[in-house]
Amino acid sequence: MYGWTGKILRIDLSSGSVAKEPLDPAMAKKYIGGRGLASYLMFTEVDPAIDPLSPKNKLIFAPGPLSGTNAPSAGHFDVVTKGPLTGTIAASSSGGIFGPMLKYAGYDLLVVEGKADRPVYLWIDDDAVALREATAFWGKTTPETTDAVRAQTDEEASVACIGPAGERGDLLANVMNEYGRAAGRTGVGAVMGAKNLKAVAVRGTGAVQVADADAFRKAVVKAWTLIRQHAVGGGALRDFGTDILVNILNESGGLPTRNFRQATFATADRVGGESLSKYLLTRPRGCFSCIISCGRATRVTNPKYEGYGEGPEYETAWAFGPACGVDDLDAVTKANYLCNEYGMDTISLGSTVACAMEMFEDGIITLQDTGGIALNFGNTEAMVEMVRLAAKGEGFGRKLAMGSYRLASGYGHPEYSMTAKKQEMPAYDPRALQGIGLNYATSNRGGCHVRGYITAVEILGNPVKIDNLTTEGKAQWVITFQNLTAALDSTGMCLFSTFGLGADELAELMSTATGSAYTTEEFMKTGDRIWNLERLFNQRAGLTSKDDTLPERLLKVPISEGAAKGHVNDLPKMLPEYYALRGWDDAGIPKKEKLTELGL
Amino acid sequence: MSKMLMIYPDRCTGCHNCELSCSFFHDREFRPHTARIHVSSWEMQGFSVPTTCQQCDDAPCVAVCPTTAMHEDPALGRVAWDEAKCIGCRMCTLACPFGAVVYETAKRRIVKCDLCEGNPECATFCPTRAIEYVEETDAARARKKALAAGLKKSFEEVR
Repeated sequence: MYGWTGKILRIDLSSGSVAKEPLDPAMAKKYIGGRGLASYLMFTEVDPAIDPLSPKNKLIFAPGPLSGTNAPSAGHFDVVTKGPLTGTIAASSSGGIFGPMLKYAGYDLLVVEGKADRPVYLWIDDDAVALREATAFWGKTTPETTDAVRAQTDEEASVACIGPAGERGDLLANVMNEYGRAAGRTGVGAVMGAKNLKAVAVRGTGAVQVADADAFRKAVVKAWTLIRQHAVGGGALRDFGTDILVNILNESGGLPTRNFRQATFATADRVGGESLSKYLLTRPRGCFSCIISCGRATRVTNPKYEGYGEGPEYETAWAFGPACGVDDLDAVTKANYLCNEYGMDTISLGSTVACAMEMFEDGIITLQDTGGIALNFGNTEAMVEMVRLAAKGEGFGRKLAMGSYRLASGYGHPEYSMTAKKQEMPAYDPRALQGIGLNYATSNRGGCHVRGYITAVEILGNPVKIDNLTTEGKAQWVITFQNLTAALDSTGMCLFSTFGLGADELAELMSTATGSAYTTEEFMKTGDRIWNLERLFNQRAGLTSKDDTLPERLLKVPISEGAAKGHVNDLPKMLPEYYALRGWDDAGIPKKEKLTELGL
Repeated sequence: MSKMLMIYPDRCTGCHNCELSCSFFHDREFRPHTARIHVSSWEMQGFSVPTTCQQCDDAPCVAVCPTTAMHEDPALGRVAWDEAKCIGCRMCTLACPFGAVVYETAKRRIVKCDLCEGNPECATFCPTRAIEYVEETDAARARKKALAAGLKKSFEEVR
């Protein structure tokens, strides 16, 4: 096969068996790869009602057909499983080189099943696949684990691993690869920990082939040029990283501040991309085949928060910054490093600390709970200390590591949790960005911006600018972004390539690479199919239209200041339109005709 | 007039596009493992550096080659390899101080930078100009200029 390797690697940790299966070309065409194909396997092989931390859950590492080629920014892979934070289907994307390495080793998907009886790691050296003892690595941070596994395997092996958070089954645990790349959301790291799988190391020396080399090269050059000419894809992201968004969102009045109490932050600039570039940036970093390089290699010299590594990204800078009322970039970056090292999702943890701060200010959480730490908004040292406690699994940190929904509910006040489907929402206030609210509410993996990045339209003007405060037309835009992203995630391309590329270019890259013709319409329809499949999985997992909602604060309490003053999110107006346009009934269930149309 | 590949590690983001375009040009497939250029990365420190054949004037690989398969090619400013004369002894691999020459038994060939017949793809596809194909006597110009700019700034501050 072209683009695809044609092989699935399946590991049963319970029995230790290793199987190599052929990839069904019809299914590959129908679901592309990555998120789509892995979700299809989850849907057909796993009962959606299972406990996500039981051995019955599967953990799939999924690059796409373009991973390993030089399609611009095609270094992504997805970790697909049932997410323990949300109870939904989870596809958590990461960059680095891990995905392409799996392809060079010869595999389109790595499916991990069962549970090992003691800590193990998986070593994939092309055809040779072995499970190895990892008891000695248990408890190590992700950089320590990566170094130790490389020392036992190959110094240039790509290592995806969990930190202590994943080992403990913390619901905010992620999977880290290449030290600074994270499959961050929905708690995928806890699933890996529950399987006793500490790490996967892979080295591939083989090739990824494309169907029509000349046509593919042409498509790559075209895509390359479009991204390079784009103001965001070819400029802002490289120069300032995603953190450039801090000031932009603040000006739009949509920068959630102090656990969404406000939507602007007076000193936001101190944690923005411009400050980051000026004070902490060592060098921009790119994932495999990336031409954008939004990654930030940084170093903090302030002795209080000393360290080096990757980050922060926009969402991270926001979560430990404005969300907590903090404007100290050194502290924010230190919190980021701790999350990377211990394997925790920065968005969810930052938002959970913010939630705890508000509950502390309202007297629900006390000094006794926090171990004597005054957890007020703006207390920089307390913020970092909370992250440290969560990282080490100590004291009040144990509660934080389970996310804000469990935290707030535990005190009988779930309304303090700024989550959708129990996952913390990222850094765009749905009252200021109406469309992003609809996207959060309908996202198949809970509060998440990258399921349907309508911010591109509402704030950045890509491909067109539409008033962020109106609900008009937003349902259709959200659907378009959600479908496009579902298909794009499945190819192995990075979402940021859409700062320059649309479905036309992506379909062309897919067609020339795989030799299997994708029209633009077919590509988009594939995204629609994947979205509906994920929806069906969630329904069988017990979710209903009642879960397609936002915290009451965002629906009832207007923003008190800034450019979006006086607005709430008008979800009740958008949701029925969204269901109708999706071809779903009033209860949000896909209609039979819709499923037939999509071949589901 | 002779051109050379000038490498700026300080501009490299570690994206491996050079390896990809290299293997695609030579073999019409993506296989970084046998690319003629290689990127070494220290991800935690955010540092990457591409290394490749330096096309030495007094090349150890040429000196050690018993059959003159490895030879100077002044027209293209490179050290070239003649498949017909090669006996696959791998002496060039042992001799090269840059680790830039390897032998691949499966294809019975030397894998070494040939400057893509005068238009290196790695330079074309480097998104940050960390690899440039420039006149050799001009190669260090950017570095000179950077130094000069630093001096200029100091003088301005003094004044």
